[in-house]
Amino acid sequence: MGAKANTTKKVKASANGNANVRLMELRLYVAGQTPKSLAALANLKKICAEHLEGRYKLYVIDLLKTPQLAQNDQILAIPTLVRKLPEPIRKIIGDLSDQNKVLVGLNLLETEGVK
Amino acid sequence: MRKNRNGNSSASAERLEKARTGIAGFDEVTNGGVPKGRPSIVCGGPGCGKTMFAVEFLVRGATEYNEPGVLMTFEETSEEMTKNVASLGFDLKGLAARKKLVLEYVRIEPAEIHETGEYDLEGLFIRLQHAVDRIGAKRVVLDTVEAIFSGFANTGLLRAEIRRLFRWLKDRGLTTVVTAEKGEGSLTRYGLEEYVSDCVIFLDHRVTEQVSTRRMRVVKYRGASHIADEIPFLIDERGFSVLPSSSMKLDHAVSSERISSGVNDLDDMLEGKGFYRGSSILVSGTAGSGKSTLAAHFAQQTCRGGERCLYVAFEESAAQAMRNMRSIGIDLEKYVKKGLLRFEAWRPTQSGLEMHLLQIHKLVEQHNPATVIIDPLTSLMVDGTNQLHAMLMRLIDFLKTRQITSFFTALTSGRNKEIEETDVRISSLIDTWIFARDVELNGERNRCIYVLKSRGMANSNQVREFVMSKNGIRLLPVYVGSGTVLTGSARLSQEARERADNMLRQQTKEEQRRVLEGKRKALEAQIEAMRSEFAEEEARVALVTQQEKQRERDISRDMLEMVSFRAGARQGKAGGQNGRVGDEHGS
Repeated sequence: MGAKANTTKKVKASANGNANVRLMELRLYVAGQTPKSLAALANLKKICAEHLEGRYKLYVIDLLKTPQLAQNDQILAIPTLVRKLPEPIRKIIGDLSDQNKVLVGLNLLETEGVK
Repeated sequence: MRKNRNGNSSASAERLEKARTGIAGFDEVTNGGVPKGRPSIVCGGPGCGKTMFAVEFLVRGATEYNEPGVLMTFEETSEEMTKNVASLGFDLKGLAARKKLVLEYVRIEPAEIHETGEYDLEGLFIRLQHAVDRIGAKRVVLDTVEAIFSGFANTGLLRAEIRRLFRWLKDRGLTTVVTAEKGEGSLTRYGLEEYVSDCVIFLDHRVTEQVSTRRMRVVKYRGASHIADEIPFLIDERGFSVLPSSSMKLDHAVSSERISSGVNDLDDMLEGKGFYRGSSILVSGTAGSGKSTLAAHFAQQTCRGGERCLYVAFEESAAQAMRNMRSIGIDLEKYVKKGLLRFEAWRPTQSGLEMHLLQIHKLVEQHNPATVIIDPLTSLMVDGTNQLHAMLMRLIDFLKTRQITSFFTALTSGRNKEIEETDVRISSLIDTWIFARDVELNGERNRCIYVLKSRGMANSNQVREFVMSKNGIRLLPVYVGSGTVLTGSARLSQEARERADNMLRQQTKEEQRRVLEGKRKALEAQIEAMRSEFAEEEARVALVTQQEKQRERDISRDMLEMVSFRAGARQGKAGGQNGRVGDEHGS
């Protein structure tokens, strides 16, 4: 789906070239500029900045513009954050206001603990 | 919703438009199909056939009514669905390729979903909209939308979203079928029927006495008359079919054309012409009383006339039945090969009554016969006569509207000589009822047959003896005399006796005739003798008369001579007299 970059808004933060760090690929599905979608994006950016600095790629997909992309990731709920990589795929739905839940959903809390 | 209610209150003002489903029988039951441009619910337990219904609704819409459709599945993948319905002859992939159908599989995997904060199901709407737009869909199926309840925790939100979804579908004028699982004590597990107020159809698959039957019920159909009864339906290799309900009116066209029963002697008993075309005929009788044989004759007769016949057998396989019929000189195989006779045999326990009925319906549709034979009807009595009655009524109505002559056989126990109750119940549906029964007498069983009733004809009141031979059936007049009916050898011996009597009588008559002849001759001789005697006498009389005359003449001459002799003195006085006597003498 990365090939469809022209229809997705890339908010990729810097990948600092550290080969040891596995890149996390995230997709945030929204439907227009709804309050929930905007909130989700803001919350996600915050989490990424705090926990995934330099280790992630984020695509924001607006289904109003590209509805055909909804099927591949089996999107029903809006907003939905999909962690495509690393596998397995995880989905977090909602405005991502509960940061802890998002971290659990992204399987990041464990990582934190190990650190 | 409000608009809808208004439309409903003044029923005539805004008639609910309907979309034909194309499902056999369903559109008749609902007077036209499902509400057009609105969602309908089809609910029922697992395996009740709701998905089949929904898929057929889409496929028929796409193929027969030029209404492309979206099939959104929540439980089965598109591949699985395609495979599942391929057995019904539905080619979903092909339809999808021709842009008649969009298959959209919505996978819900609760394990991979975490909820944090507020969300809605806009994704579902977007996907549906996208699918609809791709082919300009007019129809939508959601199978089974309530699966979303397993994927998301916030049921309050889900309910609101489902309500919004139905509203959304209605706003877009999409004729939708939503399938839903049956709930405990409610039509659907999640109460979806609350949101769909227009049409709710309930499908049921139940097993009674190891026999499964499928039933359909239109629970609700706003603003439209519909049949509220449970209606049997069938799912088989040709799809979903709902049994057309029996028409309330008895208004089928009737024919006065007569068709032969295939047995001349039986035709004789029916005014010499046989049955009416399109009538229903029942032959009931005890085991081995020749019911199937009569049926086979009828089948043969139909095919002989170049018409088609459907023979449904519940007791014998086709091969066995044909072999048996060959033994009495009926070759049905020939007609099977010609395609005139369709011989279908299956076990009555194979499926429920409705299934049989539907099966027969379908066979009639396929084969288009002039006559239908069901042998025996009583095999179908697996779950009570009431049902059989209802089924038979439907079947006969159906056949009559098509002017198909139906011929049923019914097995009676024969324990009591009276007509059995079961027969009486179905009797009202039967036009011509022939009763075959055994008569046990003098150490043998013989078959008797009589026409119990035959509507619209002066049928024979005779009881006839039914004799099977290699040349088929003969119905012989039985010996009726001295208050009893004799059959079999009793009849034969009685007949022999009668023949002997006859001969004796004949002989006596001859004798008498001879005697009389003799007498007559004697009398004639006597008369002859008398006549000759008479003639003799007559001759004698004539002779005597002549002699008498001669004598008289002689006497008178003598007298004259004497007078003339004595009257020498008075010559003048006696002159005239002399002359007269002389004349007389001369003559």
